[in-house]
Amino acid sequence: MAGPHDMLFATLADPTRRGIFERLCHEGEQTVHALTAQAGVSQPAVSKHLGILKQAGLVLDRRDGRETHYRARPDALAPLIDWTGKMTGFWRSRFDELEDLLKRMDQ
Amino acid sequence: MTEISTDTRSVIMEREFPHPPERIWRALTQPQLIQEWLMKNDFQLLIGHPFELRGDWGSVACKVLEIDPNRTLVYSWEANGLESVVTWTLVPLATGTSLRMEQSGFHADHEQFYQGAKAGWPRFFASLEQVLGRLN
Repeated sequence: MAGPHDMLFATLADPTRRGIFERLCHEGEQTVHALTAQAGVSQPAVSKHLGILKQAGLVLDRRDGRETHYRARPDALAPLIDWTGKMTGFWRSRFDELEDLLKRMDQ
Repeated sequence: MTEISTDTRSVIMEREFPHPPERIWRALTQPQLIQEWLMKNDFQLLIGHPFELRGDWGSVACKVLEIDPNRTLVYSWEANGLESVVTWTLVPLATGTSLRMEQSGFHADHEQFYQGAKAGWPRFFASLEQVLGRLN
């Protein structure tokens, strides 16, 4: 369960960041200014959120003159989609342990 | 890219054991027994009791949500910023017990268990499905 996807979960756990990412997914590339206009928080706050999203590999940036444009990388969500697969393996091994314990409790 | 369907958002495991529900209930609810098959913990069989499961890789923050002795145990399970709900169901059989575990991550019907901002997850996934659907 631990691994590189920890960061992905933590990054998307913040509703404002999730909102920004969602918007980039739906509306395509946007400037920091355009994102700030609708995010309901200050531009420095939006920039900080974008920095964290970038670190998690969820967005890419592109500098064009004085503006930085951001776009989503939906492929980065693959580990999140893989969550159930990982948990299934985890619970299967726990059930095996539980089975052993129940046998021991029998004695 | 894999499509996110409603089904892939919960993990279900079911197994029959040749033991009575009461014994399985003890394994699910006594800290020293939980430690033997799951993780180190400070579990208490009390509604609303927050507890922690500690593994080698980190810890899981939990809270007891529902107790129906020898039948149902529900607790929240939060790890890596992702909240889910684990539901244990014990059904007595002539030969023992059927034990079912369901861990639901993002079901809208579990929103009552999420608090505040966390309720955003199901909506996020619903919206994400549309995006990923377009990519396919």
